[in-house]
Amino acid sequence: MAVSSSSFLSTTSLTNSKSNISFASSVSPSLRSVVFRSSIPATSHRRSMTVRSKIREIFMPALSSTMTEGKIVSWIKTEGEKLAKGESVVVVESDKADMDVETFYDGYLAAIVVGEGETAPVGAAIGLLAETEAEIEEAKTKAASKSSSSVVEAVVPSPPPVTSSPAPAISQPAPVTAVADGPRKTVATPYAKKLAKQHKVDIGSIAGTGPFGRITASDVETAAGIAPSKSSVAPPPPPPTPVAAKATTTTTNLPPLLPDSSIVPFTAMQSAVSKNMIESLSVPTFRVGYPVNTDALDALYEKVKPKGVTMTALLAKAAGMALAQHPVVNASCKDGKSFSYNSNINIAVAVAINGGLITPVLQDADKLDLYLLSQKWKELVGKARSKQLQPHEYNSGTFTLSNLGMFGVDRFDAILPPGQGAIMAVGASKPTVVADKDGFFSVKNTMLVNVTADHRIVYGADLAAFLQTFAKIIENPDSLTL
Amino acid sequence: MQSALSLSFSPTSLPLANRPLCSSNAAPSSTPRNLRFCGLRREAFGFSPSKQLTSCLFQIQSRRIEVSAAASSSAGNGAPSKSFDYDLIIIGAGVGGHGAALHAVEKGLKTAIIEGDVVGGTCVNRGCVPSKALLAVSGRMRELQNEHHMKAFGLQVSAAGYDRQGVADHASNLATKIRNNLTNSMKALGVDILTGFGAVLGPQKVKYGDNIITGKDIIIATGSVPFVPKGIEVDGKTVITSDHALKLESVPDWIAIVGSGYIGLEFSDVYTALGSEVTFIEALDQLMPGFDPEISKLAQRVLINPRKIDYHTGVFASKITPAKDGKPVMIELIDAKTKEPKDTLEVDAALIATGRAPFTNGLGLENINVVTQRGFIPVDERMRVIDGNGKLVPHLYCIGDANGKMMLAHAASAQGISVVEQVTGRDHVLNHLSIPAACFTHPEISMVGLTEPQAREKAEKEGFKVSIAKTSFKANTKALAENEGEGLAKMIYRPDNGEILGVHIFGLHAADLIHEASNAIALGTRIQDIKLAVHAHPTLSEVVDELFKAAKVDSPASVTAQSVKVAV
Repeated sequence: MAVSSSSFLSTTSLTNSKSNISFASSVSPSLRSVVFRSSIPATSHRRSMTVRSKIREIFMPALSSTMTEGKIVSWIKTEGEKLAKGESVVVVESDKADMDVETFYDGYLAAIVVGEGETAPVGAAIGLLAETEAEIEEAKTKAASKSSSSVVEAVVPSPPPVTSSPAPAISQPAPVTAVADGPRKTVATPYAKKLAKQHKVDIGSIAGTGPFGRITASDVETAAGIAPSKSSVAPPPPPPTPVAAKATTTTTNLPPLLPDSSIVPFTAMQSAVSKNMIESLSVPTFRVGYPVNTDALDALYEKVKPKGVTMTALLAKAAGMALAQHPVVNASCKDGKSFSYNSNINIAVAVAINGGLITPVLQDADKLDLYLLSQKWKELVGKARSKQLQPHEYNSGTFTLSNLGMFGVDRFDAILPPGQGAIMAVGASKPTVVADKDGFFSVKNTMLVNVTADHRIVYGADLAAFLQTFAKIIENPDSLTL
Repeated sequence: MQSALSLSFSPTSLPLANRPLCSSNAAPSSTPRNLRFCGLRREAFGFSPSKQLTSCLFQIQSRRIEVSAAASSSAGNGAPSKSFDYDLIIIGAGVGGHGAALHAVEKGLKTAIIEGDVVGGTCVNRGCVPSKALLAVSGRMRELQNEHHMKAFGLQVSAAGYDRQGVADHASNLATKIRNNLTNSMKALGVDILTGFGAVLGPQKVKYGDNIITGKDIIIATGSVPFVPKGIEVDGKTVITSDHALKLESVPDWIAIVGSGYIGLEFSDVYTALGSEVTFIEALDQLMPGFDPEISKLAQRVLINPRKIDYHTGVFASKITPAKDGKPVMIELIDAKTKEPKDTLEVDAALIATGRAPFTNGLGLENINVVTQRGFIPVDERMRVIDGNGKLVPHLYCIGDANGKMMLAHAASAQGISVVEQVTGRDHVLNHLSIPAACFTHPEISMVGLTEPQAREKAEKEGFKVSIAKTSFKANTKALAENEGEGLAKMIYRPDNGEILGVHIFGLHAADLIHEASNAIALGTRIQDIKLAVHAHPTLSEVVDELFKAAKVDSPASVTAQSVKVAV
């Protein structure tokens, strides 16, 4: 669905800008978005195998980048009516405007799945288009079965904002007689509900920490794994200590400014960093360091480098594989009362970009192969530089990697980003004299890694075991290429 | 041409070289040239409107000019007629009473005004004036907090914050200042301000405190108070009305606003800008009932959906309990139609903005056999009070919120002036369809005349055609320069004769833009004539200009409109 909806983004941004300008004395809806897909390769729900029926779904288009659902304002055509390519079929109301949706194919409007005034999520089928008159009946049957099966949830007017009928905004079974009786109902603030919808978080699964146990916006943000920040570029970045030290000291007595000093207000990104850093102070963290021999890794790197593999990808992959064996290090504690094992291993990697810091996320780092990971990484860095990262591309991390080795830093200490269980600080790999157990000295490339973790959920032994696994993977890196 | 005329005839124009040349506006033309509205234009349109929360600032300033003028030309309060203490007694010194009093003095009537509370009434003390102060703050906060907006200007602003007491003080200081202006303007003219609750004792006889006075004519202008439906317990702290909210004693994290009309909308703008989250409770199926549907739809997209606001429509708040004993404010919702319980809300505060109730208790209406309807005093189109038998009560008028015709401060004032015109021998009927209204959200909403559904209904009945013209703020240079392209202006008109039936504007400074349309309606100016008028470029007024130009009217322009004098 993500794919199909995003493919419409380009058309819609065009129509969007058009929509608001076209005002004429007559009703001239000049906005077209073409939203059809054949029913055969239906993305999520598989249709019956009666091949080649030329029945197409008309689905809810994404009319703006923020649109998650749309309301059918009116059907311009009725069931059974003939449609010519380019004709308007239905008027859809998005969060921004009403737009006409036109057909891409000739045919007949066989069935209306979502009626006027009802709401459907982006991508859900709202009607069926039959190619010939003969197929109308078939399409109708299909529509009937559809509305009794999976799509029906999609069609039910979804709860909050768009309530045309007197449907209550919260459709929880509200305790009618006595409020105190029975299980307490979910109380969420308006913004919390909006955010939950936006980030597709089930509001019922969140424990509220606000006054009277209500769910606040920050509860939803925490549950969604995003740093509570309004900024659109809100990285939870792990900069080295000096930043944090600065951030904390500024809250206390300020010494007078030296003459000729200038005050520079924080940029959005800096404010976000500052906020996150202050927030990190509420988490009890500890650190465990570990030396890792990188001779084998360096050899591997030389081999795969021509294929476009970067050191970042190697380290992320290794960390991902180690995390898979130690899920507690990939867990997060958000409310201080419980913690959650994250279902994916998403490695956020800190990147310095001009005047700031952002953490693009390599999703499923344990599962993707090295080459895909490298490719993905290049793409993310490119986007980060041009400030094109989508929120899920910088705020979905479950573990962070910060590497300052390229500057010759031998070891450092990272600050744990809020909402994550651990962060790894990687130093430079340097030739080091080591003595083996027999007392022989040799020179080996050694890199110091230092992991900062949330001691509420990750204990010393957990971290040590994780590091041991990590070191083993790095020292025998063949598994990385599998 | 007109202005030159009224200037030269105006008694106040003599010694005032420094007076701004807004003569047609400020000079209360003593020449009844344009029969109906000549003397009224200023009153009807000087106010920037909004149901009860209306700014009277504009009018008051223009008044002040006039006051000093009148005082310097020694036009004082008139001498009483022989058998009465006063020519005119006004009960209630709100904006309606004030407007009537000033006009009465100008007409040479000996006038008294009775006030049981503070001069200025709802508008000045608990309505339009302080709310405009809060909205001025919220507009700026909103702008400063909108990083994207600032960035588009190339501006960098570090976190904007506010001091609640400072904001509250701004509102109360403004109310005090305007109240003093109002009081001084009446004192300067020699209006007798009598303190005490006024009541009608009998025909032409009024009591205030322990005093009894007689007047040839009496105007009731007692206004209104916030309406609180039963089941709602107002404690003034967590369950409040606009009276309390305007003091801004707290900014709750989460406030429910009962009612999504002008008052509710304006407060939602204030509260969300100051960081609150808002839940609307609306009895009708749609938010913002009463606005043109197209405008309310767009307004919802801009003023509600992107903000920290949610809503419940089609429900009544059947019971609201203030926060106490460690519990939040509890709101019980029932279905507006079936009356079945729907939901219970727990919020930090609730603002009751369900409209306003006339303040007519204890007025002694029983002494003259007047029966109120839901508290409102029945009046005819000339604001003459109608008694229980359907007969006119001689010499008794009722203006403003107390008669419920149009609960707007500037409407009250216009009605008061209309009454004074009548008692001084000139028949006058106020055209309420020419009275604009506005809601001072960011951006603003304004309107005059009929909504599209109303116009279509009327057209159906009377058998004429209706056309719609629309323009967008997106096409306006000035709006784009301000990065405020969001907005729509819409005109409903008759294509056959070019009559303007209604104009609705949503966008930057909509409240100021509406007056071109309301003036045209008041003066009967047709589109084919006004479309030839010139607007400065680049200004927001071009949005309205475009509206006139976009209209397709079958009638040709009248000849007089082209006789434009060239002033060099």
